[in-house]
Amino acid sequence: MPNLQPYADPMYFVYLLIALVPLAVGLYFGKRINWYEVLVSLVFIFLMFDGDASHIHQGYALIVYIIWEALLVGWYTKYRQSKNSTPVFYIVTILSILPIVAVRIAGTGLFKPELSLIGFLGISYLTFRTVGMIIETRDGSIKEFKPMYYLRFVLFMPTLSSGPIDRYRRFIKDIEGVPDRATYLEYLSKAVKYLFLGFLYKFVLAHYFGDVWLPYCKSMALADPNHFWSWWLIPVMYTYGFDLFFDFAGYSLFAVAIGYIMGIDVPMNFNQPFRSKNLKDFWNRWHMTLSFWFRDYVFMRLVFTMMKNKWFKSRITTSNVAYVLNMLLMGFWHGLTWYYITYGLFHGFGLVINDAWLRYKKKHNVPHNKFTEGFAIFLTFNVVMVSFLIFCGFLDTFWFHR
Amino acid sequence: MDVQAEVLQLLNNITGEDLSNQMDEDLFDTGLLDSMATVELLLDLENKFNIQAPVSEFNRDEWNTPNKIVAKVKSLIG
Repeated sequence: MPNLQPYADPMYFVYLLIALVPLAVGLYFGKRINWYEVLVSLVFIFLMFDGDASHIHQGYALIVYIIWEALLVGWYTKYRQSKNSTPVFYIVTILSILPIVAVRIAGTGLFKPELSLIGFLGISYLTFRTVGMIIETRDGSIKEFKPMYYLRFVLFMPTLSSGPIDRYRRFIKDIEGVPDRATYLEYLSKAVKYLFLGFLYKFVLAHYFGDVWLPYCKSMALADPNHFWSWWLIPVMYTYGFDLFFDFAGYSLFAVAIGYIMGIDVPMNFNQPFRSKNLKDFWNRWHMTLSFWFRDYVFMRLVFTMMKNKWFKSRITTSNVAYVLNMLLMGFWHGLTWYYITYGLFHGFGLVINDAWLRYKKKHNVPHNKFTEGFAIFLTFNVVMVSFLIFCGFLDTFWFHR
Repeated sequence: MDVQAEVLQLLNNITGEDLSNQMDEDLFDTGLLDSMATVELLLDLENKFNIQAPVSEFNRDEWNTPNKIVAKVKSLIG
């Protein structure tokens, strides 16, 4: 059997769209053919993880992972129906993130690199969905565990490898019902638009930025005799930033479009991030399902705990501490390298400075007009690009591994 | 107890604005509420009305205007 990576080449779309026809016809006539959806999903997930030995290995890792997580969530839901102890909640959460923590530690190569064998494409996104469910079960918002629902949610085929990160209760509402015909037709028309936009982003723009210009700029920077600074780092920064955006936003558009065809209102991941007026605005527009996940499950809960137990007198200190911890954790999630962690801290402190500025602006009635707004967008864009230069890891090569 | 007046008072303390004539204003769009202020609001509501509104029950679309917040609080008081 061939190996088919999601959205990687045009043929993938041909196979997938043909396979989805019966499902789409069903939805058009007001019926969700659940067994067929599960079948198509399983076939395409199988095709992601077959072929050579390394893919097959990842497939086995996925199966073991999903059994582990399903048992945890299932057991915790049952437990939570009668009891609610805080240590049990923390233990279950830690056990559910254990696989990704092991994979990240193995990724450093410093310690037990063979642990990376328990990883597979998409593990971090599956972990986000599962941990979100555990937290909502703790809050009493999710009361029952239905194995099939759990699997369909966590393994939702269009978003399996890289998101967007949906929410369980939102997703279940979609699969339990059928969009009415007008809504479904609107989904389909959006799907067509997103697919074409995705093609432009991923196969044209990301191709030029990522495969043509970026390698050239990098090679020029590496050829610079100065090992601390090269002017070529600036074009590396911008080409990488645009490559990252068009590649990931293109991928996300595909995932949302396929979700729509399957009658699921998958949340959007990007909303014109380069038009952000400040860093906070940026995180409401960039990789939104990830940043909202951190906002709802980390930041707000951290603030809630800190305020309730009065850890700090000032609310400003509270929010600053929460910003830094929240973004630091996000940095760690990307991987245990100095540049991911620096990227997290950069954004954490960036948000602290941003908030201080917003308070100053409010207090002193700083003038606001088209020019100041244009400048704010320009500044935010460049701050974000600097953070991407850190994030991309090229500085690691440039400084330490030439 | 007048729930609406109490909620408006809490919102006034948090946002620094009297919202009584902006009952349908989207407080997140205008920037009057953010995640931080939301948590303060949830804690205040918990203290004032003795209601539990866990963070995961907090859906921005259902809590974004003074009117909706009042309605939510009324439904949680039961």
